[in-house]
Amino acid sequence: MEIPYTFEVRRDTGLTNGKIGLWLFLASEVMLFGALFASYILIRTGAPNWPRGDTILNVPLATFNTIVLISSSVTMVMAWASLVRGSFATFRIYMGATILLGFVFLVVKYFEYSHKFHDGLYPSTNNFLAIYFTLTGLHMLHVAGGMALNAWFWGPGAKLWKTNPVWFTNRVEHSGLFWHFVDLVWIFLFPTLYLL
Amino acid sequence: MTSDHITVDHAADIDRQVRVYVVVFVALLALTLVTVAVSYLDLPPAMAIAVALLVATVKGSLVACYFMHLISEKKLIYVVLVITAIKFVALLALPAVTHSNGFWIDE
Repeated sequence: MEIPYTFEVRRDTGLTNGKIGLWLFLASEVMLFGALFASYILIRTGAPNWPRGDTILNVPLATFNTIVLISSSVTMVMAWASLVRGSFATFRIYMGATILLGFVFLVVKYFEYSHKFHDGLYPSTNNFLAIYFTLTGLHMLHVAGGMALNAWFWGPGAKLWKTNPVWFTNRVEHSGLFWHFVDLVWIFLFPTLYLL
Repeated sequence: MTSDHITVDHAADIDRQVRVYVVVFVALLALTLVTVAVSYLDLPPAMAIAVALLVATVKGSLVACYFMHLISEKKLIYVVLVITAIKFVALLALPAVTHSNGFWIDE
């Protein structure tokens, strides 16, 4: 049996099932990260003293990574816009750039992590580092997941463009929604962990 | 295929949207620099937190409204998000409540 409303919209909701499903998933993601943010507030307000992030973490690297993720959100939305315009070749370029920028983010994070480990700073060292590694670690998993999804649509998943371009365009839009969410989480993680 | 399953199906519309994306991109870059610059001012903690969260909220809203197209989304999505927002606020308020009455935390 075929899944209904993959590319044609439901009359009552005005939406495809994919989009509503993706937003429900993002709602659950908000609660996942929200629980960790709540833990952060609880641990921080309960601590007798708390280090400012910039005394432990590398702000210039994180600023660079913020710019990388913001840029990747732009290339992602441009990838979708290219499909709306009917230009598959441009889509490939923008989607490729998005994946590449995600990779740059992870490489920078790898250097940040390994520098901390080199200095003997682990999640078990103190509460600040515990919540830092938990939040950024979970976020990194999301970056990797988003990259995998985007890579699928860049590569084998793109076959759908030939048979059903509207469905493929919707899928890329939904993949983009996830990617922008990952960017959005970082926009809050960056000042919370690094600057305050 | 009906004409309404892609939100934008006219070349002119998408061109206008792309220009908006570029403006939003520049705004996000500028606000990132603002956040970092403000952190060097050594404001009092309450002030620093307020400014950082305000800037982050503006940036987050730009991403959600324009890149995630929430500025022109269907009602059902808004319903989902309002419910999520209420639960999210409750989740964040929980530590504050436990902290103020000292019920769960020994102070």
